[in-house]
Amino acid sequence: MAAAIEVSIWRGKADGRYQRFMVPLHESQTVLDVVTWVQRNADPTLAYRYACRVGMCGSCAMTVNGRPRWTCRTHIAKVAAKGHVEIGPLANMPIIKDLACDMAAFFEKWQRAKGTFAPSRSRRDPIERISPTTAPRLAADAAIECINCAVCYAACDTVRWNADYVGPAALNRAWTLVNDVRDAGQGKRLAALAADGGCHACHSHQSCQEHCPKALNPIASIAGLKRRTVEAYVRGEL
Amino acid sequence: MNVRLYVLQRATAAIMVPLVLAHIALIFYATRHGLSAAEILARTRASIGWAAFYGLFVLAAATHGAIGVRTLAGEWAGIKGGRLDMLMWGFGLMLAALGLRAVAAVVLP
Amino acid sequence: MVHRLSGLALACFLPLHFLALGLAVNGEDQLDRFLTWTRDPVVKLAETTLIFLLAVHMLGGIRVLLIENLPWREGQKQLATAALAAAVLVAIAFLLQVT
Repeated sequence: MAAAIEVSIWRGKADGRYQRFMVPLHESQTVLDVVTWVQRNADPTLAYRYACRVGMCGSCAMTVNGRPRWTCRTHIAKVAAKGHVEIGPLANMPIIKDLACDMAAFFEKWQRAKGTFAPSRSRRDPIERISPTTAPRLAADAAIECINCAVCYAACDTVRWNADYVGPAALNRAWTLVNDVRDAGQGKRLAALAADGGCHACHSHQSCQEHCPKALNPIASIAGLKRRTVEAYVRGEL
Repeated sequence: MNVRLYVLQRATAAIMVPLVLAHIALIFYATRHGLSAAEILARTRASIGWAAFYGLFVLAAATHGAIGVRTLAGEWAGIKGGRLDMLMWGFGLMLAALGLRAVAAVVLP
Repeated sequence: MVHRLSGLALACFLPLHFLALGLAVNGEDQLDRFLTWTRDPVVKLAETTLIFLLAVHMLGGIRVLLIENLPWREGQKQLATAALAAAVLVAIAFLLQVT
């Protein structure tokens, strides 16, 4: 292994540029380690995000050699083809500075897709018993582990091309709620999903499923939403 | 893209799968046997079956193509709102008109 | 992307196809002359391309219909590649037949 590696890191906003650094190479080094080394030893003005650094929080997501990934879970050895790595902020979101992007739109679309729970009971009612083995609960549980890291959103072609599209993460969460028998907001949710920019804008390219670091499958969730909205439409409920 | 357009798009696609397969088979048949215009037209003229088959094909293709073009125009050319819908209708109606004219051309006695 | 571009190409081609067939409105001679033109090798290559585009667009569409309506399966990327290969075979079969 070479003693050092050349990395290009995005600096500035949308009109910025890549800046090169030579970073000492170590065994089992991750891309996050490299970015942290640059900020601590080469240029303290570099802006980036991380938190847990062990692959649990999703804060460190960035674009590495063109692909969105968790940098704490990406070993340099895996991406350093020809001794060079290119690191940039996540795509499809405005850049605040360097490697930090503005995720406001991502979360706003979450709301728009009605990815929020609408309670049907109050605290005075007894707790509703939900069996973990019913089909709806199994469907919801398969998609529930999303931690909003926005990697799928950054990977999605349709998000890039269609400003109205709410994106795979928001739809994936909406699917878990559509399958939640406690939720009272299904009517409004299906209407939101069936509108422009909702689940039907998805073209099933499968980039989201391919890139999800938690191996979730937004495409399956979105397919479920498509079927559900079509059923509602055919029944005249939409 | 909303639920109505989505349903139309997927439904016309599903309808066209067998129609396209039949169409490709027909093209293979016609080219293999080197059919001339006269021979083809002799078989299609005054045929209700061909009229129905290709009439349905034309309408499905016009709908499907118009919705597809609408998506492309919206996502790649940035056209929106009323103009996008007008583009879709314009393209769809043009295809339907030309297509049905062609069907009439080969089917009417 | 292949699916999208083939769709666009077909959408551009269809009006021409309909216009050509519409020639028969005026009688068989015009259609016959048109068919003679199709013996030109360049035209044959264009026709082969069109058959390929149609096959590839349809197979891509079937893939979408399967993903959206059937339970999830592993190995879908391989299926997609196989579909593309099948489309190429169909196009080659056509080319061999008309040359």
